[in-house]
Amino acid sequence: MNAPVRAMNAPVTIANVSRRRFLQGASALGGLVLVVGTSSAVRAADPPKYGADGMPNGWVDDPLTFVSIAGDGTVTIVCHRAEMGQGVRTGMPMIVAEELEADWKRVRVRQATGDEKRYGNQDTDGSRSTRHFFDPMRQCGAAARTMLEAAAAARWKVPVSEVEAKNHEVVHRPTGRRLGYGALAKAAAALPVPARESLKLKDPSKFRYVGKGNLKLLDGPDMVSGKAQYGIDVRLPGMLYAVVARPPVYGGKVASYDAEAALKVPGVMRVVEIEGSPGPAEFNPLGGIAVVARNTWAATQGRNALKIQWDDGPNAAYDSVAFKATLEEAARKPGKVVRNDGNYDTAVAGAARRHQAEYYIPHLAHATMEPPAATVRIEAGKCEVWGCFQSPQAARDRVAKRLGMSSADVTVNVTLLGGGFGRKSKPDYAVEAAVVSKAVDGKPVKVTWTRDDDLHHDYFHTVSVERLEAGVDTAGRPLAWMHRSVAPTIFSTFVAGANHEAPLELGMGVINVPFAIPNVRIENPEATAHTRIGWFRSVSNIPHAFAVQSFVAELAAAAGRDQKEFLLDVIGPARQVSPQTLGDTWNHGESPELYPVDTGRLRRVVETAAQAAGWGRTLPKGRGLGIAAHYSFVSYVAAVVEVAVDDQGQVTIPRVDVAVDCGATVNPDRVRAQMQGACVMGVGVAMKEQISFKDGRAVQNNFDGYEVTRMAGAPREIRVHILPGDFSQPLGGVGEPGVPPIPPALCNAIFAATGKRIRRLPIRDQLKA
Amino acid sequence: MIQLDINGKRHNVDVPGETPLLWTLRDEMGFTGTKFGCGMALCGACTVHVDGQPVRSCLAPIASLANRKITTIEAIGSDRIGKALQAAWVDLGVPQCGYCQSGQIMSAAALLRRKPKPTDAEIDEAMSGNICRCGTYVRIRAAIKQATGQNGGAR
Repeated sequence: MNAPVRAMNAPVTIANVSRRRFLQGASALGGLVLVVGTSSAVRAADPPKYGADGMPNGWVDDPLTFVSIAGDGTVTIVCHRAEMGQGVRTGMPMIVAEELEADWKRVRVRQATGDEKRYGNQDTDGSRSTRHFFDPMRQCGAAARTMLEAAAAARWKVPVSEVEAKNHEVVHRPTGRRLGYGALAKAAAALPVPARESLKLKDPSKFRYVGKGNLKLLDGPDMVSGKAQYGIDVRLPGMLYAVVARPPVYGGKVASYDAEAALKVPGVMRVVEIEGSPGPAEFNPLGGIAVVARNTWAATQGRNALKIQWDDGPNAAYDSVAFKATLEEAARKPGKVVRNDGNYDTAVAGAARRHQAEYYIPHLAHATMEPPAATVRIEAGKCEVWGCFQSPQAARDRVAKRLGMSSADVTVNVTLLGGGFGRKSKPDYAVEAAVVSKAVDGKPVKVTWTRDDDLHHDYFHTVSVERLEAGVDTAGRPLAWMHRSVAPTIFSTFVAGANHEAPLELGMGVINVPFAIPNVRIENPEATAHTRIGWFRSVSNIPHAFAVQSFVAELAAAAGRDQKEFLLDVIGPARQVSPQTLGDTWNHGESPELYPVDTGRLRRVVETAAQAAGWGRTLPKGRGLGIAAHYSFVSYVAAVVEVAVDDQGQVTIPRVDVAVDCGATVNPDRVRAQMQGACVMGVGVAMKEQISFKDGRAVQNNFDGYEVTRMAGAPREIRVHILPGDFSQPLGGVGEPGVPPIPPALCNAIFAATGKRIRRLPIRDQLKA
Repeated sequence: MIQLDINGKRHNVDVPGETPLLWTLRDEMGFTGTKFGCGMALCGACTVHVDGQPVRSCLAPIASLANRKITTIEAIGSDRIGKALQAAWVDLGVPQCGYCQSGQIMSAAALLRRKPKPTDAEIDEAMSGNICRCGTYVRIRAAIKQATGQNGGAR
């Protein structure tokens, strides 16, 4: 076997696995709420599990679950992960088809319902699909291929060693006889599934599809012709349409309401009160009043006519201006020490010079172009759900729990997702639809979130102040490094009173910074959440990378050094650093042995991006290059941004060069696409995006207030440079690691162009003359 | 009862005249290719053509559209320009999640009808009302150019 088959013997699907990881603070995000409160006995008993083994319900590689072949030879492959633009419905089946020796033209893809016992983990986030399921999907395809070969050998009564599957048929080498997959399907399916250890995987040099970039997007033609079906597009006979008025302040509730006028709106049929949940929101609805109507427009008009008195609850005073000051105050005092190498105090006291800076990033909203939407029908003791879910099993379990049903009686159908970015891992909207459907005798009900719903009631990206201090020698080299990270934690949404960043947040670029600096102290003071915090594409890597990579550039400037050379010096020589020595117990859920922090790879992306961008070239006045690099989701990304700032302070971005090392790539064009998209999102985070709160309420209502990157503000050119990988090495994530380097690279470029240092995002009009 | 001409066919709809075309198309008639994104003509996801002009259907009351020719994404492929755009979109792998692409293609088709060989600045101007949260802009621009026979450039 050419590729290592990792952790083959691990039993699939054990709840304890995720519990163990949680208590280490190491759980994957999607497993959060499943795993609170396990006894210490369980902790002691379980060895650590990593990768797909560490995820709730692990992985499955049973070919009978994932592959079916019709009499006409059509191969249907199940995709169990959610498609939200990363191309997983092309990539996952491609891996199966590769090992199956299937002809891609004769492959169809079926989307799995939410059923993790059957399919393995389906929580599509954390940039995990390809790195966790590459091996299982290969095994799946290889097992199916082996069964077809065995069936053909039996049919011909020849030794199986004489036959070979090739491009959708099995060939008998000595005689040249052939049988198509369709003709063999029935006999093959009746054979025992071969033992995993006996499978012969293809030599990657023989791959026809994987890594080749020769297949078009499976859903492309449907997406350009209006045929693609998203959660918001679901239509069922007799379906009703609902929108919900939710408490404007997190933790608030309905005090009283009057629906008389709403019920008079033409098309409005009912109003239904949805009860919120006391305590942390988890994946529960926020509560409120649903208006049910014959169409979405009528429901929205009905909602406008509702008269509701809200009890705003404990977060009524949440104010972003005041809270920024609160975070800054916390950042200026010592906090909980989460990493301590050498002796920071002594080193900084003896330093030639000291530097300090604070960086701020506000709340961000996912703002998926398709807002959350879900449809539910309850009939004869069964519930069926349709929607855009990153985590269909979570939707299933949450709906079942709310309806008092067994999960086995709930079916969750997964549509395409019109963007996910982490928002659609939280199935609160499915539960809303379930509550409303139940109130109208189980009739099918679609709940649609309007844009203001989406921006007011998101699971927001946190808000943060990052304070950095350094003591440098006479040459400006840092000898002492102190980073205080202050941000409300995602865990506050799941655990009452959680007010420190969890290991998985600290392990996103605060503590696991592999710099060659002898004295390092990382602190995490308390921060209290006053809204629903969730994970947003790249999560805490965004503020952490912004602060760290900006500060390194500030130190370079203070030392009068070239920014790229200085960054390479700070990274230090190529070496493999164990995450554990950095105090990182999480390591993106991956094995510290298989996935050390490799500074050689980090250096290489820096060098590649710099070289491709023509680092050091002379630029006209008002132009500048900036660089940043970041390790996240076990991949390495560096970006060089070129900016042009005119005398009015208007920023344009002629070009970005992104270098990514995510190991070997299954679908290189989608890797490029993800890096390009992440770059555009990173530009939005840097330039425009901001959710602010006043009187407990999110201020921005729509895309006029919550501005995202548009075409004119996007880089003119985004060149992606993929470092060559090897399928014998572990794979890295792709969906998220492209975002974090962009805001600091952009701000470093602005500094090069103008001499102005940006420490507070978004930039907006900070450069105005 | 209001009569609407959608993609060359007449349909009678029985909803109040102030109902936006978007929700009439999607909820009452089943043309779900036209997408909701903002409801305020800020994102372009709901773009359709009315008598050949791009219109944000989320703000267009159906009473204003009786007997005007409405074209949606479902029918744009029967138009030469629309078909070329769809082909370029697929060829260059423009879509990520794909949700906004109906509106992007409708805006691009309206642009190319007006300007068969648009410049970068003209493309930016015509397309900046359409948001793509996945960030496919560089490929959208390349695909528009490819559809017009111009060099698509780097994607």
